[in-house]
Amino acid sequence: MNQWEVVIGIETHAQLATVSKIFSGASTAFGAEPNTQACAVDLALPGVLPVLNRQAVECAIRFGLAIGAHVAPKSVFARKNYFYPDLPKGYQISQMDLPVVVGGQIALQVGQGDKAYEKVVNLTRAHLEEDAGKSLHEDFHGKSGIDLNRAGTPLLEIVTEPDMRSSDEAVAYARALHALVRWIGICDGNMQEGSFRCDANVSVRPKGQAEFGTRREIKNLNSFRFLKEAIDFEVQWQINEIEEGRKIQQATVLFDPDSGETRMMRSKEDAHDYRYFPDPDLLPLIIDEAWMARVRSELPELPQQKRERFVGELGLSVYDAAMLTASQEISEYFESTVAVAGEASAKPCANWVMVDLAGRLNKDGVDIAAAAVSPQQLGGLILRIADNTISNNIAKKVFEALWLGEGATADEVIEKQGLKQITDSAAIESLVDEVLAANAANVAEFKAGKEKAFNALVGQVMKAAKGKANPQQVNDLLKKKLAE
Amino acid sequence: MIHKSLKQLSQALAAKEISSVELSTLFLDRIERLNPEINAFVTVDREKTLKMAAAADARIAAGSAGPLTGIPIAQKDIFCAEGWRTTCGSKILANFVAPYDATVIEKMHRDAGMVSLGKTNMDEFAMGSSNETSFFGPVKNPWDRARVPGGSSGGSAAAIAARLAPAATGTDTGGSIRQPAALCNLTGLKPTYGVVSRYGMIAYASSLDQGGPMGASAEDCALLLNTMAGFDPRDSTSLERPAEDYARDLDKPLAGLRIGLPKEFFGEGCDAAVMAAVQDAIAEYRRLGASTVEVSLPNSHLSVPAYYVIAPAEASSNLSRFDGVRYGYRAPDYGNLDDMYMKTRAQGFGDEVKRRIMIGAYVLSHGYYDAYYLQAQRIRRLIANDFVAAFESCDVILGPTSPTTAFKLGEKSADPVQMYLSDIYTIAVNLAGLPGMALPCGFAGGLPVGLQLIGNYFDEARLLNVAHRYQQATDWHQRRPEGIE
Repeated sequence: MNQWEVVIGIETHAQLATVSKIFSGASTAFGAEPNTQACAVDLALPGVLPVLNRQAVECAIRFGLAIGAHVAPKSVFARKNYFYPDLPKGYQISQMDLPVVVGGQIALQVGQGDKAYEKVVNLTRAHLEEDAGKSLHEDFHGKSGIDLNRAGTPLLEIVTEPDMRSSDEAVAYARALHALVRWIGICDGNMQEGSFRCDANVSVRPKGQAEFGTRREIKNLNSFRFLKEAIDFEVQWQINEIEEGRKIQQATVLFDPDSGETRMMRSKEDAHDYRYFPDPDLLPLIIDEAWMARVRSELPELPQQKRERFVGELGLSVYDAAMLTASQEISEYFESTVAVAGEASAKPCANWVMVDLAGRLNKDGVDIAAAAVSPQQLGGLILRIADNTISNNIAKKVFEALWLGEGATADEVIEKQGLKQITDSAAIESLVDEVLAANAANVAEFKAGKEKAFNALVGQVMKAAKGKANPQQVNDLLKKKLAE
Repeated sequence: MIHKSLKQLSQALAAKEISSVELSTLFLDRIERLNPEINAFVTVDREKTLKMAAAADARIAAGSAGPLTGIPIAQKDIFCAEGWRTTCGSKILANFVAPYDATVIEKMHRDAGMVSLGKTNMDEFAMGSSNETSFFGPVKNPWDRARVPGGSSGGSAAAIAARLAPAATGTDTGGSIRQPAALCNLTGLKPTYGVVSRYGMIAYASSLDQGGPMGASAEDCALLLNTMAGFDPRDSTSLERPAEDYARDLDKPLAGLRIGLPKEFFGEGCDAAVMAAVQDAIAEYRRLGASTVEVSLPNSHLSVPAYYVIAPAEASSNLSRFDGVRYGYRAPDYGNLDDMYMKTRAQGFGDEVKRRIMIGAYVLSHGYYDAYYLQAQRIRRLIANDFVAAFESCDVILGPTSPTTAFKLGEKSADPVQMYLSDIYTIAVNLAGLPGMALPCGFAGGLPVGLQLIGNYFDEARLLNVAHRYQQATDWHQRRPEGIE
């Protein structure tokens, strides 16, 4: 394994969040009864013609601008010809020689903690195309059913350079892309419904070798876990093949999530000749400067810009900034929290969102959109930590209480449950005195040089204060008394 | 009544000399009597026709009639018409009833209130120059029933020539309006590409197909084009231009008109008798005040080969939807899916269609695309440029429509290349996207000869003017085949 380098490129089909289809007026809503969202154009009746949906084009422009790509002033739709029952026209309208988006980059964070590193993945292109329908092979007594609701749904096919060197990088890329397309509002990212599906081109080569190995393409991976498992299996399979003296043949393979294995679908020899040619029913797609400028002006602040601002203006680490921009929902939650708690508390806000909130969401298995504590509540809580009303430990209790709906605000919970921190020195001093008097043994151990005994004494004071004593004051007073 | 012009019919309807129901019945009766021999119509539906006629009469009575309301017309069976069987001359669509209206159908019937007499025979998927490739059998030329009417709009042409309809629609991909018009002594116009919507017109070669009018005169064609033309948001290649009245310049004098005579159209390859009639027409135009100038279309000899790459390429893809899955013919017995596709298409398509699908698939396939398809596209540009240069020194271009008069049924059907050369003068016009017309200019051996006029882009009104003035000075277009009274 160590002498092999893995090379991965990814093609993603992102379903564009348009109201109607890319070349017809039929709805794109998911889940309707079969063939109720297929009009004459989708059914490819004789004589019908495609008309391009400008909303789909805007999605492509948004994407191109978001990744710093070249948005082509002129691109061309082409026909990809093949026969299949769920492809009503006998060809798919796609883009071949002149795609709408060329180049661009996506920066991503791979790994966690100390092992985290930044990686830039270069994109080859992104092009507009229509989806096919669906073949249904069950419940038809030996026949197949065809549902054309999905036929003509707009897709953006996003193709990377072979830039990734591990399944972790591939997954990090897929996650970053997934976050981005949702961020800019061009795709709902629903992977179960097939709105975001990845094909991975995988090859291996001996480390140091300049040429790429022969690749195999794993089709239609619709979860990040499958993406990782499929690549890991495929890489090991290819290495085994080569080490056992066999050559890799270019092929398209499918991943079976049940067995965790990839299986050959077709070899290069069976590859279709798609007979691409420019679609004579559609004029070249012209995108002028004015259109681009308008779309640019409507773009939200992008993850990369936000990351730079979080680091530059809020003093967060690059890693934290990356985590907090993993999705627009997280970044919005974080920024709303900071808006209440104040920029001086940006770092604690980041920690609360990334650790406590994330942990709680995880425990309940819910999404940040369904968080039971609002950013306003969390910001209010952090304010009370900052002004020493409560300690960090008590704050965790208050957070849990807020989560369970035991109060509308941190202040209410603190008040109702009497969690206000004891900062009155006289009160703390009397608690310290009581503890010292009652724990002579610990005092003796401390004086004999056992540092641990000090912690035991702090614990005793906090216990006596029911956790509410200001920890710093307890520390200071204990030290002072023990030194007497 | 059956020989009246559209304008005269319109006046007769307005003056209540005849109702649309009576007029339509007159033509339906003629169809019933003559069509079994001529085979111009593949679908007639008396009930539907008379219902439309009654609706037109109501419109006329209500005073909301347009200039063509109530006038019957024959529709080429390439236009989808809701509730009408729409076959495109093919077995594969022999059972297909269209669930929607083509834009042309909508404009002519719903908007203009014209009455459909039925659907006319045609070469299968408009692939042919003789109407012999139709699944529904060949059409007979009313001028000589042993001869072809031309194609692919042969049914429309024969219907008008035999006065089974006062006028008809056609479509023209390489000459399919003009050549049958020429062979049947009619006037036909192929508009500039993009003037008439292609929505609902079953595609043969999308970048070349264009619908247009066929009739007894330029005036009839102008009135028909007024109802057919116009921007259609459902056709991305439709041109967004202000509406125009194509009849506005019909009577304009021709003094000062510069007629370009391409030397390539006056060389070898054309029957001497056809050429003599064309020369007579040139002399007539000079008498009408026009001047002539020699022009050159140096790449026109490449138009047939370029066409027979581009058109089949597009057709091979356009016809992929006829796969037996959703509508149309499906082979009765088959094994797996591939077997179903192969049997359905092998049984559903005729030889000429299969020939063009195979040529098209070949020229688009990996390794041949550059040598054939791209090369043909380059030639196409050269041909268009030739016309641009020619129009610098002339207003219209004139020549023969077809190198021969109507040929005998079966004479060329065994030799595709001979058949393809029948369109040698018309194809370049489609490749360039220009408007072109055919109009009667005499007879050779008792058979009609058609003159061709080619205009600059969007010069339909001028072409119609040039044709109309000629028809004011001659009576070729009023000659009738024997037995058609």
